[in-house]
Amino acid sequence: MSQPSSELMIEARAVEKWYPNGFQALRGASLTVRRGEVVVIMGPSGSGKSTFIRTFNALEDFQKGSITVDGIVLSNDLRNIDAIRREVGMVFQQFNLFPHLSVLDNLTLAPVLVRKRPKAEVEKQARALLERVGIAEQAGKYPGQLSGGQQQRVAIARALCMEPRILLFDEPTSALDPEMVREVLEVMQDLAADDITMVVVTHEVKFARHVAHRVVLMADGEVVEEAEPEVFFTNPSHERTRRFLDQIL
Amino acid sequence: MQVLLRRLRSELFATPADGALSVALITLLSLGAFGFLRWALTQAQWAVVKVNSTLFAVGRYPIEQQWRLWLLTALLVAASGATWGLLRAHPRPDRTGVLWPSNDRLALALLALIALAVPFALGLTLAIQSRWWGLLLLLALCRWLAGRYGANLSPTGRRLAALVWPLLYLGGMALISGGLGLVGVPPSEWGGLLLTLLASSFAILLCFPIGVLLALGRRSELPLLRWGSVLYIEFIRGAPLITLLFLGQNILGFLLPGGLAPERVWRAAWVLTFFAAAYLAEAVRSGLAAVPRGQLEAARSLGLSYPKALQHVVLPQALRVALPAMVGQFISLLQDTTLLSLIGLLELLGTARTVMANPAFLGRNGEVYLTLAVLFWGCCAALGLGSRALERRLDPHAVPSAT
Ligand SMILES: Nc1ncnc2c1ncn2[C@@H]1O[C@H](COP(=O)(O)OP(=O)(O)OP(=O)(O)O)[C@@H](O)[C@H]1O
Ligand SMILES: [Mg+2]
Repeated sequence: MSQPSSELMIEARAVEKWYPNGFQALRGASLTVRRGEVVVIMGPSGSGKSTFIRTFNALEDFQKGSITVDGIVLSNDLRNIDAIRREVGMVFQQFNLFPHLSVLDNLTLAPVLVRKRPKAEVEKQARALLERVGIAEQAGKYPGQLSGGQQQRVAIARALCMEPRILLFDEPTSALDPEMVREVLEVMQDLAADDITMVVVTHEVKFARHVAHRVVLMADGEVVEEAEPEVFFTNPSHERTRRFLDQIL
Repeated sequence: MQVLLRRLRSELFATPADGALSVALITLLSLGAFGFLRWALTQAQWAVVKVNSTLFAVGRYPIEQQWRLWLLTALLVAASGATWGLLRAHPRPDRTGVLWPSNDRLALALLALIALAVPFALGLTLAIQSRWWGLLLLLALCRWLAGRYGANLSPTGRRLAALVWPLLYLGGMALISGGLGLVGVPPSEWGGLLLTLLASSFAILLCFPIGVLLALGRRSELPLLRWGSVLYIEFIRGAPLITLLFLGQNILGFLLPGGLAPERVWRAAWVLTFFAAAYLAEAVRSGLAAVPRGQLEAARSLGLSYPKALQHVVLPQALRVALPAMVGQFISLLQDTTLLSLIGLLELLGTARTVMANPAFLGRNGEVYLTLAVLFWGCCAALGLGSRALERRLDPHAVPSAT
């Protein structure tokens, strides 16, 4: 496992967010993630995990606190947001592949349109990435013709094709049948060995134990516990964490 | 034969009740068909259609300028054949395709039949009949050439080839109306099928972008844009087209920038456009609603700007969903052009009414209306077939097949 450097990639301080209906989903959540680090976020349903990581690439706005991503301060400036989204990739629970594009075009769309790279070069890279996630032979198919596990691996490759410095995962295996969970987790584990920074919302304890540098527990819109995996799972310091672990272990 | 009989039996006469129903239906159908044939062959006098065929086709377009229309038709036929062949030469990457599927042969055979039989039945001169044969040959030739050699065309080449269509449309407009050194033929001299097709194609082409913008406006987060779109859509949908047509004749000259709608024909075409746009917007809106939120989020998280995400991710999916409803809209738009006859334009129905008002053809309404119905049916069927082919080509879930 590569060791994270001391450079800060994400720095979220006391973030508070209200949804338009007045519901407060984040109540002062804070988190710092260093470069190359793999952080797993756990927590009960509705605790604000998705909301929190979606603020990191400005898919959700927030009202109080501050977030700095790769040195860029998140604000409502549009140029700012575009810059951040280029650096941060995201993998969703529902894959969200573009069903009208072939697998290869799913990968090349953004690099060609956003990074303005030549199509031929991007295609070469895309094929290499598909090879890496183990589905090189599916490049010409459409997402609807793939299994869930294959789709999620395409989604990971798609995010990687933009060469992001940070990858966010929002429950990437929750919509998968058990036998497909492993193939996706293996790809993620393979990525974790790289220099890339990963923030992963997941309930996969094994992944958290063996791959994460740090595990974080969120509850009621706050970060409650933050510890190395060993400590988190065997000797957490908060009562809230213990109760949560009792439920899932 | 045995098989056929057995199948007939199992499908039509499985139970006594089925049998009775089948017999009743067959009797009714054959009575209807028999009555119709007897009328068409013995009672009807088709002279009214034969004599006026040019009038039905192009209205009072000056005879000595009609070569322009022939030229345009030939260009359109050539472009259609080439497009057809190119599409067959480039099947979708995930599918196999044959160059000459049986459907295509059937279509060509049908067209050949029409090109041979209809001009003959209309009693056109041999010179004109042979033009139709020439058009048929042109179609087959372009189809064959494009199918044979089209596979070598690069993606850029294909994109350029698609540009032929807008160019042809603009060039066609110039050919029809004059300008560029040609004698002007004012819109008041256009008529018949020509005017019907011009007005409806103009409206279809323009109502599409307007409708998409309205649909996007209706979902926008800017209140002014949203309420503006809603107001427009609901106002148009709340008024009968005929009142809007009359209204347009009176006020459109003031509303549109000078020179855009100087003629009654253009004013009517704009009203049709604005009318259809409101309905189209609703079709597109339902398509937009069918695209999951996650699609936009995924596109945005990849760094695509909002317009790019719309253009490359959301709209292609939304429009595919909305396609059948949109084509339904186009078809009713085509039929709505008959209302133009009520504001005094001589499109198909208007021409028909002048023909029927001619004492020489008194009482020949049946023949004329039937001709009209068949013409409209042909146009709508073409639209419907085209849209279904498009749907199949765009459907990412369709099983790989030859078509
Ligand atoms: N668009 C929204 N409008 C209003 N409330 C919302 C919205 N999205 C989420 N919420 C609420 O905010 C809270 C946090 O939601 P979030 O999706 O971040 O939770 P989560 O920890 O990811 O839960 P899960 O494990 O179920 O995914 C929940 O109570 C949810 O009901
Ligand atoms: Mg969630």
